[in-house]
Amino acid sequence: MPQITYREAIRHALADELTRDENVVVLGEEVANFHGAYKVTEGLLEKFGPKRIVDTPISEAGFIGMGVGASMLGIRPVMELMFWSFYSVAFDQILNNAANVRYMSGGQICCPIVIRGPANGGTNVGATHSHTPENVLANHPGVKVVVPSTAYDAKGLLKSAIRDNDPVFFLENTILYGEKGEVPDEEYLIPLGKADVKREGTDLTIVTYGRSVIHSLKAAEVLEKEHDISVEIVDLRTIRPLDIDTVLASVKKTNRVLIVEEQKPFASVGSQLSHMIQREAFDHLDGPIHRLATVDAPAIYSPPVEVEQLPNPNRIIKAAIEAVA
Amino acid sequence: MAQIIEMPKLSDTMTVGTLVKWLKKEGDVITAGTMLAEVETDKATMELECFYDGTLLKIFAPAGTQLAIGAPLCAVGKPGENVEAPAGKPASPAAAKEEPKKDAPKSESAPAPAKAPESVPQPETKPAAAAHSAPARADGERVKISPLAKKLAAEKGIDPSRVTGSGPGGRIVRADVLAAEKSGSAKAGSAKPAATGAPSTPFTGGAVSRTGPIQEERAVPVSNMRAVIAKRMVESTTTIPYIYVDIEIDAEPLLAVRQQLNTGLEKEGVKLSVNDFVLKACAEALRRVPAVNSSWEGNQIRYFGAAHVAFAVALDDGLITPVVKDAHQKSVFQISIEAKALGKKAKDKKLAPAEYTGGTFCVSNLGMMGIPKFTAIINPPNSAILAVGAAVAKPVIKNGQIVSGQTMTVTLSGDHRVFDGAVGAQFLNALKTLIESPALLLV
Repeated sequence: MPQITYREAIRHALADELTRDENVVVLGEEVANFHGAYKVTEGLLEKFGPKRIVDTPISEAGFIGMGVGASMLGIRPVMELMFWSFYSVAFDQILNNAANVRYMSGGQICCPIVIRGPANGGTNVGATHSHTPENVLANHPGVKVVVPSTAYDAKGLLKSAIRDNDPVFFLENTILYGEKGEVPDEEYLIPLGKADVKREGTDLTIVTYGRSVIHSLKAAEVLEKEHDISVEIVDLRTIRPLDIDTVLASVKKTNRVLIVEEQKPFASVGSQLSHMIQREAFDHLDGPIHRLATVDAPAIYSPPVEVEQLPNPNRIIKAAIEAVA
Repeated sequence: MAQIIEMPKLSDTMTVGTLVKWLKKEGDVITAGTMLAEVETDKATMELECFYDGTLLKIFAPAGTQLAIGAPLCAVGKPGENVEAPAGKPASPAAAKEEPKKDAPKSESAPAPAKAPESVPQPETKPAAAAHSAPARADGERVKISPLAKKLAAEKGIDPSRVTGSGPGGRIVRADVLAAEKSGSAKAGSAKPAATGAPSTPFTGGAVSRTGPIQEERAVPVSNMRAVIAKRMVESTTTIPYIYVDIEIDAEPLLAVRQQLNTGLEKEGVKLSVNDFVLKACAEALRRVPAVNSSWEGNQIRYFGAAHVAFAVALDDGLITPVVKDAHQKSVFQISIEAKALGKKAKDKKLAPAEYTGGTFCVSNLGMMGIPKFTAIINPPNSAILAVGAAVAKPVIKNGQIVSGQTMTVTLSGDHRVFDGAVGAQFLNALKTLIESPALLLV
């Protein structure tokens, strides 16, 4: 199986879907001529032409609004945000219009839009460019929120997202764009709302998603070798719908939980998970639910400090040892 | 002025109580209705409720002590108030020895009629010997235990208060419960003989020693319950002139009806026992021969207006007789559900006084243990008790032919001061009629 990058996997998914369905279009700042700020859309303009790969002005409220409107008329737009951090500029379009239209129209109008782009910190671009908006997005009924952790997942999940009839917010981790993984050339889909056990273990369940999956896998190796702690890693893949069944099955097996997320800790995805786990698996817990999140401060510009602010393998190892104590 | 809380009288036969554990500690703020401690009476372990608002200023008696009724337990008042145990009411365990001399209790409660199987005396489980058992926790200290460990401990019958926790802050976790189970320490109560640290060799599948003593000789302090049983049995057999009457009953119709009903009730999750029918039959027989439903009161005999039928439940360290109230007005189905619930509560030692007092007649059944016939000891102030034996397969004569059948023998022990043999015979004949035509119990 060929090894390709996370960035290429997303590009393959876009190309596949552009080929499969002529209603699919790609819009965003610099996605056509400049091939995207992170070069995800490289080559698409040449292959699919300027009618389907469209550069937009730097005006999130405007072009996201256009995409939402187009999706209501049967187009399937895939909108690229240069940074997910700018979603708040188009808050009304994303969460008031896209998320609500199916409900407000009594099911007559749906909004099959995908909004994708890089999210998260770790690239030393400061507090205004390092948001983790998944909890804010997932708070709204009517939407789907996807955060792939590997190249394989990114391709399969994006293809499902484009085919979904509801607004799907697809959060890519900037740092993962260069990560390679095995991705088959042939067609495959990963359903939205299905978590994946990335590693089997017996002593502790780490529930996580996105880049923290990669950190957790590294931490798990060390925990196994040096601390004799066998870690099971559940990758949520989709924040909403949330596959709580897979999480609970793992918790019932290991009886201990550590949630790792790149969110700020207050009212995060981890907070919700923590509530659901304690409610559904209370009698299976052998200790309190532990949580490791980004340090509760705006993203710090200083590169060495930002590394410590985010979850990283060392912080995960420390938290895991506490969780099984 | 601080309120001194004393050992209350929690059952009508109680003279002393054992403070099992404190649920609050000195300095805790208390509101009326707060449970302060658990107290073991002769019948059950009950919670001690506080009726005052304030702060728990002082605990006079540590957990584990046995105290007479009225002995001071603790003081509740305003923080800073000076409190001392009131003089003349020692809070020492010695108080327990001075059992107040009382006349035979008027109570109808009773741990104790039949000669139910006496369990081998269990050693006190307090001294926890094994590695995973814990030193006694400070009074009122909450046991820190994970939800999983709590569930496991309950499933395995392990008392968490005797397990040392290895988790953060001493929390008991799964591994601690499993270790305690393996080491056999910390079993809850004295429930299972193998787990109590009894010196007898547990059966391990062939490794049983054929030589040596049966068990190590030892003396075990008498529990509250055992003491009350002893006292009341002596009272019963030395003050009541007994009369015994027995009768053999054809059990086949009853067994057939029971099987038929149970098949029908399977979906409802109800299984009627032979004893449920016996309880119902007794209630009906008491209606037909009411003289048996009575009590000797010295210068008068009291005839009861309802059949509150008690039944003996064997516990590991004694027995108790929960009461099915107004059994004469209840169906077998209702009696079954009620008896099952009471039986479970009795085994858990959770019976409330109202649930084991007020019986007017008692049934002791050893049939389920294969005993064909026995006599039971009257539980004063009742004037009778019925001992029920097992249904036994044997040759019987029907229509002049010897055929195989099933019979059960019941024995009535009666107080001859209250009624005579003929009345006992009438009662047993009524009972025989009802059990041999069980349809009569269903109308």
